[in-house]
Amino acid sequence: MTLLRLLFIAGLVLVAGRALALIETYEFSTPELEARYQQLSEELRCPKCQNQNIADSNAPIAQDLRRLLHQQLELGASDEEILNYMVARYGEFVRYRPRFGGATVALWLAPVLLLLAGIAVLLLTLRSRSKTAVSGTATLSAQEQARLRSLLEKAEQDS
Amino acid sequence: MGPRLKLFLPLLLFALLAITLFRGLGLDPGAMPSALLDRPLPAFSLPGLGRTDLLSEADVVGQAALLNVWATWCVSCRVEHPYLKQLAEQGVPIFGINYKDDDGAAQRWLDELGNPYRFNIADREGTLGLDLGVYGAPETYLLDTNGVVRYRHAGVVDEKVWQTILEPLYRELHKGSNAP
Repeated sequence: MTLLRLLFIAGLVLVAGRALALIETYEFSTPELEARYQQLSEELRCPKCQNQNIADSNAPIAQDLRRLLHQQLELGASDEEILNYMVARYGEFVRYRPRFGGATVALWLAPVLLLLAGIAVLLLTLRSRSKTAVSGTATLSAQEQARLRSLLEKAEQDS
Repeated sequence: MGPRLKLFLPLLLFALLAITLFRGLGLDPGAMPSALLDRPLPAFSLPGLGRTDLLSEADVVGQAALLNVWATWCVSCRVEHPYLKQLAEQGVPIFGINYKDDDGAAQRWLDELGNPYRFNIADREGTLGLDLGVYGAPETYLLDTNGVVRYRHAGVVDEKVWQTILEPLYRELHKGSNAP
């Protein structure tokens, strides 16, 4: 029984080792650098896989970029310098938060414009609806009131 | 807008959306313009494959040429290889960047499959690849006579890619270089 349990634990350890082997670990001189590494690797997009950041991706290029990121952080580069370095090589594409300007103007402005358009449509709809509501309560002419009365009386007599 | 016309508004919006999305179907989501477009080739100093001297950007500049990023671990490069040989036979200058590869394996590949390259730059660590913005092999860069990157094709260069995209650009650059 103990042998079985030992084998089971040994198996788990082996599997865990394999899972860990997929992600390389880096040593950082300060915890602050490590925090910036985490933040930047989540903000940089993997050029190969496109829908993953370099922290998530296992593509060779993402591994290279992580190694580079670690190197540059340890060399004392600022976030801005690192992002500029990446953008110079892989284009604005490589940032999940591209800077404002050029081709990214549409990207930044579209949500605001769509929101404004939505509000405009909403206001127009509400206004036209309140207009019809007003015309709905318009008073009846004397002739119409007489007809209404006669209809009501007729209905009463029928019942 | 009349109330009748207003009824067609949803249809109009639908048609607009349908056209936009249909266009999107034909686009290649992997296509990404190179950040180096219309910029000079980055400076480098790397050993040549099977050579003892160091190569630099000056060795590549001077004629309209293709710069092909390849490796023996890259399956698509094997697919691309015969067509590159064909292009080289037609006289198109092709320079190779042997990207993150083993020199011995690369040399064997060239010995066995043939060598379409004028020479190969051995980029063992992928540093030149990084400066070029390479994100996978194969990639092919079209350089003009001044060594400015005019086009980057990510993926296999085959007859279709060459004839529809690269050749017209190459002919234009080539013609420009022959003019006085």
